Amino acid sequence: MKEIKIFARAGQGAITMAAILGESLFYENKYAYAFPHFGAARMGAPMNAFLRFDDKPIRLRSKVYTPDYVIIVDPTLLDGENCFSDLKKGAKAVVAVRESTKIPTSTDMEIYTLPAEKIAQEIIGRPFANTVLLGAFSKISGEVKLEAILKAVEKQFKGKPGILEKNLAAVKKGYESV
Amino acid sequence: MKQFLEGSWAVAEAVKLCKPGVISAYPITPQTHIVEHLAKFVADGRINAESINVESEHSAASVVLGSQAAGVRSFTATSSQGLFLMAEVVFNIAGMRLPIMMVCANRAISAPINIWNDQQDSISLRDAGWIQLYAENNQEAIDLIIAGYKIGEMPKVMLPIMVCVDGFILTHGMETVDMPDAVAVDKFLPAYNPPFKLDVDNPMSFGLLGDPSVYTENRYSLHKTLEELLEIIPQVGSEYKSAFGRDSVRLVEKYRVHDAETVIVALGSVCGTIKDVIDDEREKGNKVGLLKIVTYRPFPKAAIYNALKNVPNISILDKNISLGSEGAVYTEVKALFNDSTKKISGFVAGLGGRDISKGTVIEMLRLTKEEVNNCKFMDLDTSLLWEEFRVS
Repeated sequence: MKEIKIFARAGQGAITMAAILGESLFYENKYAYAFPHFGAARMGAPMNAFLRFDDKPIRLRSKVYTPDYVIIVDPTLLDGENCFSDLKKGAKAVVAVRESTKIPTSTDMEIYTLPAEKIAQEIIGRPFANTVLLGAFSKISGEVKLEAILKAVEKQFKGKPGILEKNLAAVKKGYESV
Repeated sequence: MKQFLEGSWAVAEAVKLCKPGVISAYPITPQTHIVEHLAKFVADGRINAESINVESEHSAASVVLGSQAAGVRSFTATSSQGLFLMAEVVFNIAGMRLPIMMVCANRAISAPINIWNDQQDSISLRDAGWIQLYAENNQEAIDLIIAGYKIGEMPKVMLPIMVCVDGFILTHGMETVDMPDAVAVDKFLPAYNPPFKLDVDNPMSFGLLGDPSVYTENRYSLHKTLEELLEIIPQVGSEYKSAFGRDSVRLVEKYRVHDAETVIVALGSVCGTIKDVIDDEREKGNKVGLLKIVTYRPFPKAAIYNALKNVPNISILDKNISLGSEGAVYTEVKALFNDSTKKISGFVAGLGGRDISKGTVIEMLRLTKEEVNNCKFMDLDTSLLWEEFRVS
């Protein structure tokens, strides 16, 4: 079983991200359990989304305490909390960074950074880093194929033609940027 | 067909397969996405039902009371304070023998205001005369809804069903479910054809005055039907298994109980976490098991007794607290063994969304073997307590 912890702020699309990732793992015959943990629905409040996956159905319902992967959607969260604590050995992180972002050096995990908000702003026209980060996750983790993520994005944004194409491009750009 | 779905969506799809004619709900907190999805299905013409938005949960329950009395299969969903606002009507629905389906997305009770999961809401209404079934995962939620309608609507039953699905953990959790085929559901669940209904050609009344000469008999009959359900539920469960291949509809599930020295008793989604711990402990040679209660009302005394009679240490996990007493499930399970030398401990955990980790479960197992705990709160942060409460 592998576990993923996503750090974001409410409204940045972390739940959508977990849903797309879970769906793409489902296409690859994996069992996933994706779930949000948030406060009382306040835009901008720090929140987590979690995802576990395995070759057999997931039964464990607790929060993710020792992730294999960390995805950081909002780099300002790095100032407030230790996003890289209690990691499994060999854990990897994908971090959306801004020019001012300082990545902690006191961690032995592999950290991959990309200006995901800037990429999203250029492609989608709004700074939603989530789909860009999914492409990057596919590349650095090797856990899920890019094609599966693209297929899940198509399902998620079905019936929203303009938005769909932009998000597909954002995923691909994220994949190429790490 | 296998799909990756959010729990609320899976529940809504399962309800759609059961073809209710009326869906009524109060659409604001503590509501879940369940009725939002159903309202959309109605608007899109994917289900031939009336979706009735109301101004309170009391009204939502009253609407489905009326529609079901008129002979129409009905559905509502709520949780927490919403369920409590329905409470008066909830008791009436059972007393009038109306087999309404309600999904309770289990959430904590105010005050303080808390939107997160525990099971205080449905457990507090255990005495209402409803069948109460608890789902471990979203697949079971689907299965219990479809089978629940069938059980409740049987002419010899005619009782309402509450399918309890842990709020957030399941309702907002996304996982793979196998959605039954619509044709197979139609075959399994025939159209609702009640023995009594409001009918202008054959006028009758529901819920009239029952004076002391008949009231006791009414309550006795409700109680007897619930007792008979202890035989009926497993029968429908095996029909369900023949039709859909899954053994979800049952009184209890025994998980590695045979030869176990310590068994945890629990309801709902936490059973998944407990199963993982049990597999880990068994690897280490520790003889532990889980008894999952699926049917909480009627309370399956014989099934629980038989499962646990040779188990020396029993550990009951309650996601509720009967304040001033102890966890509700603990009281009832303990009462089955009141002459016994068993060590039976009660733990309260997971209140208001407090996470139940594997560590919580491991600690419960350790404490159960050590000594009898009557009402031990797990994972207490004693620094938040008054000084005199800090010794637990």
